[in-house]
Amino acid sequence: MNDHRGFESVIGLEVHAQLLTRSKIFCGCPTAFGATPNSHVCPVCLGHPGALPVLNRAAVEHAVRFGLAIGCRINQRSVFARKNYFYPDLPKGYQISQFDRPLCEHGQLVVDVDGQPRPIGIIRVHLEEDAGKNLHQGSDPSRSYVDYNRAGVPLAEIVSAPDLRSPAEAVAYLRELRAILIYLESCDGNMQEGSFRCDANVSVRPVGQSALGTRTELKNINSFKFVAQALEHEIERQIDVLADGGQVEQETRLWDEEAHRTRPMRGKEESHDYRYFPDPDLLPLVVDDGWLERLRRERPLLPADRRARLQGELGLPAPDVAMLVEDKALGDYFEAALSRCPGNPRAVANWVVNDVQALVKNAVGGAAACPVAPDALGALIGLVDAGVVASAGARQVFFELAAGRASDPAVAARALGVELVDDSAALAAAVDQVIASSGAEVDKYRAGKKQVIGYLVGQVLRRLGGKVDPKQVNELLRRRLDA
Amino acid sequence: MTSLDDLSLTEAAALLERRALTSRELTAACLARAEQRRSLNSVIALLADRAMVEAEDSDRRRAAGAARGPLDGIPLGVKDNILLAGVPATAGSNILRRHVAAYDATAVERLRRAGAVLLAKLNLDEFGMGSSNENSAFGPCRNPWDESRTPGGSSGGAAAAVAAGLCLGCLGTDTGGSIRQPAAFCGVSGLRPTYGRVSRYGVIAFASSLDQVGPLGRSAGDVALLMNAIAGHDPRDSTSAPRPVPDFAAAIGRGVRGLRVGLPREYFELGGCTADVAAAVRDAIAVLEAAGARVSEIALPHTRYAIACYYLIATAEASSNLARYDGVRYGDRVDPGRGLAELYLATRGQGFGAEVKRRILLGTFVLSAGYYDAYYRRAQQVRTLISRDFEQAFAAVDVIAAPIAPTPAFALGEKTADPLTMYLSDIFTISVNLGGVCGMSVPCGLSAGPRPLPIGLQLIGRPFDEESVLAAAGALQEATDWHRRRPPEGGSGRP
Amino acid sequence: MAIGSEQVLHIAALARLELGAAEIAEMQRDLGAILDYVEQLRGLDVADVEPMTHAATLATPLRDDAVVTPPGAAALANAPARAGDLVAVPRFLE
Repeated sequence: MNDHRGFESVIGLEVHAQLLTRSKIFCGCPTAFGATPNSHVCPVCLGHPGALPVLNRAAVEHAVRFGLAIGCRINQRSVFARKNYFYPDLPKGYQISQFDRPLCEHGQLVVDVDGQPRPIGIIRVHLEEDAGKNLHQGSDPSRSYVDYNRAGVPLAEIVSAPDLRSPAEAVAYLRELRAILIYLESCDGNMQEGSFRCDANVSVRPVGQSALGTRTELKNINSFKFVAQALEHEIERQIDVLADGGQVEQETRLWDEEAHRTRPMRGKEESHDYRYFPDPDLLPLVVDDGWLERLRRERPLLPADRRARLQGELGLPAPDVAMLVEDKALGDYFEAALSRCPGNPRAVANWVVNDVQALVKNAVGGAAACPVAPDALGALIGLVDAGVVASAGARQVFFELAAGRASDPAVAARALGVELVDDSAALAAAVDQVIASSGAEVDKYRAGKKQVIGYLVGQVLRRLGGKVDPKQVNELLRRRLDA
Repeated sequence: MTSLDDLSLTEAAALLERRALTSRELTAACLARAEQRRSLNSVIALLADRAMVEAEDSDRRRAAGAARGPLDGIPLGVKDNILLAGVPATAGSNILRRHVAAYDATAVERLRRAGAVLLAKLNLDEFGMGSSNENSAFGPCRNPWDESRTPGGSSGGAAAAVAAGLCLGCLGTDTGGSIRQPAAFCGVSGLRPTYGRVSRYGVIAFASSLDQVGPLGRSAGDVALLMNAIAGHDPRDSTSAPRPVPDFAAAIGRGVRGLRVGLPREYFELGGCTADVAAAVRDAIAVLEAAGARVSEIALPHTRYAIACYYLIATAEASSNLARYDGVRYGDRVDPGRGLAELYLATRGQGFGAEVKRRILLGTFVLSAGYYDAYYRRAQQVRTLISRDFEQAFAAVDVIAAPIAPTPAFALGEKTADPLTMYLSDIFTISVNLGGVCGMSVPCGLSAGPRPLPIGLQLIGRPFDEESVLAAAGALQEATDWHRRRPPEGGSGRP
Repeated sequence: MAIGSEQVLHIAALARLELGAAEIAEMQRDLGAILDYVEQLRGLDVADVEPMTHAATLATPLRDDAVVTPPGAAALANAPARAGDLVAVPRFLE
């Protein structure tokens, strides 16, 4: 995509992240998702005559923590401004946002696509209030409906520089951004419920040209999959237009999931003139030195920290690292399990990325709600490492634990009868019997087809009912056959 | 005993305290008065039934020895841009004609806590936009001194109601003079407190950085008692000042010995005051001087830019503040049945009056792309200069004395043809709002002629120094009786 | 500053105000006069003057993140058109 029919794409992203506060940004209404429509509303968030906003401290803290996490300059004096426009979901006829002087500026995020780390500039992060929700599927086809529960939920708007050059980079950027917000416990990152939303500015230009092409704005993309698809389609569309000698029109387009294409917004497109001005109802937001210093000191673990540890310190394979970093709960689970079984991070990672992940994939709460306690998994892996159970047996134990039929892996292993036999005489006898009864395979092995050993190991295991360490069987077989 | 209609709040409070009067009697008298003076059109909603219940409650409290202070049982009015839960709050606009307030304004809540009886919602210029009360969707209010004249605006209904004895005090709002100018035109006392002194929560906004709630009463003492109830920090208003509240009533008798009073040269040069106004203001200053004040001339050099500055800032803020009236969540909706865009246009086009539309258009224009810096930002810079003028002046004096308006109440219809002429009449009051200082109007004379009209003296104080202003007002009212003059019955007789 | 009728219409559209023909002419005249009047501000040198955006000088106060039980539907009692819990408007496309 970086060089596509002689064009390259230039992408900038605007992310709106709902901040995880209990109450709204300017009033005490709850922020919880999924309530009865228009039950979480009051005179302030409905913009009643005479109602006034008072800023929620927690929203500021979330935004500052995020700004610090991406290396922003924190403007210790920032200003709330009114963005004026009319829309049914916008109660006051203006949105309280930040304009001239946002809370955070000049940050950076490194994205890694195919092992090539690239710094992506973040122009600004500012606080604003969310709008309500317009609904168009109701009882009366001549009407639209509005639910104001979301109006006033705090948002951080995160604006990237036009530094992204491909849909893949855009997705990598979004994944990293989302991970940071989740690590900070500032946003739940739920794209379906709209708590992490993305608009994209896209343009294309001939490779080598430094001036930017005319951009379009894509709205309504609510999954990573759609981000990639929408961007790919829009880039193709723009290249088609230019290749045909046409001109890209500056406009807002929506991603149409069903038609699988972007289309211009149907609503009447008017020239936007938001008439921003400082909100006279709110004084400047001041983050004093003490407050800022405390937030700096409280810097929590970030995805980059975990990545450095898993990759650099523990030497885990890249796909495992990616998964354990992006899914914070899974990464936390890994660390907890590892603390019980510190000697074998690869094995722990392997279990967590495969078995634990499969178990909790669709569960609410993710790995944090896994029925197998990380401590138990760590203990189980310890049993494997100590040669007490084989991996096949360990898997059986894991399912016992997962089903809630046991909590102590050692006890479960005994109950299931999967503890390995520690009887070298029985093993030697079984090996001898298998060699004696598998003439053809033995010949093949000795003729150089060494992979046939797998079959022989299996035969021994079968005779011993699996209660023996396959590695040990393998070793013994080789010793006999190679002798 | 003087007629109930002539009592000041302070006097009524004393009678209630002595049990020489009940709140029920007083409230009934005010309600009767309201009926009698309907021609003034000062009332948008008379809350007769509620008021009588509140009066009875007050009498019961008093009988039980649990009276809440000087305002307990006192019938008061509230300008109809201030919210009372469960009562319509129209802001004088058709667009809110049927809007029932969901909550009490903080100032109202505090009056209730003080035991006051809330008797009427009072007429005003639509959304507080006007200087004559002629921009009300409920028709103009009339001046009790001469019903062919304006009571001033925008708190015209409040000033007229206090002057005519419909209630013993009122809450008004003052964005560019809307308490002080009608107080002067109707011969009552009115204070615009320092910005941030009284909560704006529950006050229908006109221009948020200029609006302030304040009391109107029959004397400086009445105003001080009302201030004691309504002033103070409110966590629901982010611009409310977290400052201790003094006992304003104690300032009334403090006297002016040694008080430094400044006369702004520009106010006397620029305004084109009538001879009556100039003489009355000079006489009042002489009274203060005789009482021990030290009078000197000062300069407020940017005064002449105040009106231009004000109309840019106030309309810009208003254009945004009034965007919420879209006929979706509340207010009257006009739906021509041709879709959402038309609903907005018709609702707002038909719901707002001409002056409101004019100001929304001006404000929209000055904030719009390409004009912001030249108009809005520049106006805010000039506002800084005006504010500095006050800072410098208040380094040398404690209170500034000036006229309120160049003329006494003008005739209804006199200035409606040309909005700019109407704006220019606010020359003396507007700087106070821009500068974030406090200002008061006290009666200081009557014009000559067959139908004398009240003249007001303006007293301006440092931010949060309402006490010095009240002290000067108190001294003036100690030495003169202009504040005791009542309008003639029917608005045609002699005072 | 003279202001054209098209400009008046543009501003009126931004502000969602329907204006009749007579009103447009009236507003054009009045706004022109007011803008002429405010021209006097251009005579002032304000190059180094900070704009005054508020009459209060403090920092904005901050609330604790505490939920206050909302009045909910009661706060929409004045809505001109409702359908169940929802507020209704003429159908529009996004």
